[in-house]
Amino acid sequence: MDSHISIKDLNVYYGANQALKSVDLEIPRNQITAIIGPSGCGKSTLLKTLNRFHDLVDNTRVEGEVKFDDIDIYAPDVDVTEVRTKIGLIAQRPYLLPMSIFDNVAFGLRIHDMTNRREVKGHVEKYLKLAGLWDEVKDRLTQPATSLSIGQQQRLCLARGLAVEPEVLLGDEPTSALDPISAKNIEGSLKELKSQYTIVIVTHVLRQARRLADYVVFMYLGELVEAGPASKVLSSPKDPRTKAYLSGEM
Amino acid sequence: MSMQKRWWRRAHLEESLFGVLMRLSAVVLVLALAGILGSVLVRGLPAMSWDMITKAPEGGFYLGGGGGLLNAILGSLYLAGGGTVLAFLVSLPIALGLNVYAPSSRWATFTRLTLDVLWGVPSLVYGAFGFLIMISMGMRASLGAGILVVSLLQIPIMVRGMDEVMRLIPSGQKEAAFGLGATKLEMARAVVLRQSLPGIFTAVLLAFGRGIGDAASVLFTAGFTDRIPTSLAGPAASLPLAVFFQLSSPFPEVRARGYAAALILTVLILIVSGLSRALARRLSRNVVN
Amino acid sequence: MKLSLAGSRSALRRIFSDKLAARSFLLAASLPLLLLLLMAAALLFRTLPIFQFVSPWEFLTGDLWRPSQGEFGLSTFISGTLWVTLLALILAVPPCIFASIFLVEYARRGTLRGILPAIDLLAGIPSVVYGVWGLLVVVPLVPRLGQFLRGVFGDLPFLTSSNPTGFSILAGGIVLAVMISPIIVSITVEVLRTVPQGVREAALAVGATRWQAIKHAVLPNALPGIIAAAVMGLSRAFGETLAVMMVVGNTPAIPRSVFDPGYPLTALIANNYGEMMSIPRYDAALMGAALLLLVVVIIFNVLSAMVLARLGQEVSS
Repeated sequence: MDSHISIKDLNVYYGANQALKSVDLEIPRNQITAIIGPSGCGKSTLLKTLNRFHDLVDNTRVEGEVKFDDIDIYAPDVDVTEVRTKIGLIAQRPYLLPMSIFDNVAFGLRIHDMTNRREVKGHVEKYLKLAGLWDEVKDRLTQPATSLSIGQQQRLCLARGLAVEPEVLLGDEPTSALDPISAKNIEGSLKELKSQYTIVIVTHVLRQARRLADYVVFMYLGELVEAGPASKVLSSPKDPRTKAYLSGEM
Repeated sequence: MSMQKRWWRRAHLEESLFGVLMRLSAVVLVLALAGILGSVLVRGLPAMSWDMITKAPEGGFYLGGGGGLLNAILGSLYLAGGGTVLAFLVSLPIALGLNVYAPSSRWATFTRLTLDVLWGVPSLVYGAFGFLIMISMGMRASLGAGILVVSLLQIPIMVRGMDEVMRLIPSGQKEAAFGLGATKLEMARAVVLRQSLPGIFTAVLLAFGRGIGDAASVLFTAGFTDRIPTSLAGPAASLPLAVFFQLSSPFPEVRARGYAAALILTVLILIVSGLSRALARRLSRNVVN
Repeated sequence: MKLSLAGSRSALRRIFSDKLAARSFLLAASLPLLLLLLMAAALLFRTLPIFQFVSPWEFLTGDLWRPSQGEFGLSTFISGTLWVTLLALILAVPPCIFASIFLVEYARRGTLRGILPAIDLLAGIPSVVYGVWGLLVVVPLVPRLGQFLRGVFGDLPFLTSSNPTGFSILAGGIVLAVMISPIIVSITVEVLRTVPQGVREAALAVGATRWQAIKHAVLPNALPGIIAAAVMGLSRAFGETLAVMMVVGNTPAIPRSVFDPGYPLTALIANNYGEMMSIPRYDAALMGAALLLLVVVIIFNVLSAMVLARLGQEVSS
């Protein structure tokens, strides 16, 4: 397996609570990996270690190694903003930047030194198209992003995330706040994108994992219980805890 | 059964008693507050004239002679305006420091407590402090010293107002910028500043209002003069002090001007407040709710 | 593409400006503490000389204030401040809480929406304007009120006075009460509105009347915020200078009744700063009075922060 991110002996502490316990995991390149498990099991915590979001919170300690290709993203000489550029995040709810539709996508381009206006414009169009939003917004790009419906907002967030050209996309239950049709749109985009991106999503909807995932990770009480190709883990799990979860007993 | 009935009766008696008390309180409050505006209008309007806002005091002004209050109007605008600019330059970094760069939440809590204390420190104490600094530097009561003290007084008001809106920004929105690889500074500019822009304006205008209405701090530091202020080193008059001094005069004509000064001050505050509402609405175009 | 390890020039520039911003913003954020310490230190430094002549205890409790004879006792002025501030709180806090409850729980939405901007506006009206109102309206009313009370009840403690004018503790208290009420109402309304609807429904669902629901469910939830509002009002009333000075009489005697004149600390400082450099040690005594105001404000705030932290824990648990 060609692994894009490799995690070794990862422990995360919130104050005195240990939220992740010695996690080892290889995340395959250009596939969709779904992290599943009951709520409070550490799914989101694991996801947030991948773009170093724990840096933003007091009293949180991350120990262990997270290698992105061959670089440990927690090494002292690594620039955290670079990590987050390469490893993008689609949040649970569409959190808009307080600007126009256009500027929401252009923001990331501008901070990463794209100054040529025409170039910015071209990129904004390209990624709005990739997120399947272009046709709906092309005539109202200067309007506040808040004027969009929530499903459109989430696709705008996807376009915004794609525009800085990450290699990995993280999704923290990216469809949980959306209506079924918008959710389907986002799922469709993710499937299309996986040829170019490594995608890791957290989901509590088993059916979504079945629909999307090539690779599945099951977490329970801060431990990684089982990981493997979706076909194997979802249909013939080895661990009794995974079995119990899949059969709805948890 | 009878116990239940008694309970029911008592509950309803209490209900109507407090209902009356509440309505009464609301009415008294509204009446008192309306009375304030009313009395200033009733006494101030007859004393108003074009001269009041276009002329500085002339000879014998405090005996009922000619002239107006332009010295105090301009003095107040300079004091509050200068103070607001200075205070803004310090307050915005403080608010951003608290909301973007705070090394820990305990540190932020402590700093907020300090600001609360400063908010509560009487303006007179700011004035006394300013006075001490002034004499230790060999300065005289002057517009410059007044502006400095007013700005110190405004800082906690401004920071508090800014902080209140910045704290409401959801962490997810900040993370949206961080997730794109933004540094804290870039996040602050893209999210915190834009999202709290209406609140920042309101805070600035609120502080301006407090600055223009404060008397005790400038009493010590800006002095009072009948001349229109022309330099930072010279003394400057202010409206609240004009009100105060003229109301202590034995001449009714002079006291009437005190009411006129109070009316001008009130109108200025009304303008600032209206402006702040209008601006806040305009600036919130892109704000995410 | 590989992760450039702090690689490109633009990344370096961005990181540099971020670090610079972090330094300067954190430096700025340390200014409030610095200002507070500096203020306390400057006032203390100027106050110390007075303690070579009177002990701190005498300074606070002595009731003789004759600067030209070197006698400096603040107790008259401290009691003036206490009387006026307490009276203002008593007159302002209960009606403000009632009025806020009425606005949030009983009045129509439109009433609240119409009144709130007016309240905020009034919170911004300069104190000197409240003083003008006090002079015009309150001071003339006070002696009549005194006569009326005397006529009905005869001599009463705290309510009987030989003061023929309306310049009195009561006038000061009323002016301050009205002055701080917009602040108290504005915060209390805000606090009451953040109490979740479910809290009310839980009480109403077990058959409570509306007022019972408020008393037993809403108010306990809102208590920390209401205390905070009262403390803010207290701070403003306590430190107010001009509005009080205009109506309180400024007579240096310990008041026996709310109809007596009083002389608060702030008025003392403001009335006498002009000649404080001409009488020996006068400046030290007045700065001592200012220091006292500062210290009391610090104590208020720290105490209320502690109480609020305690209450906050109780409410959330």
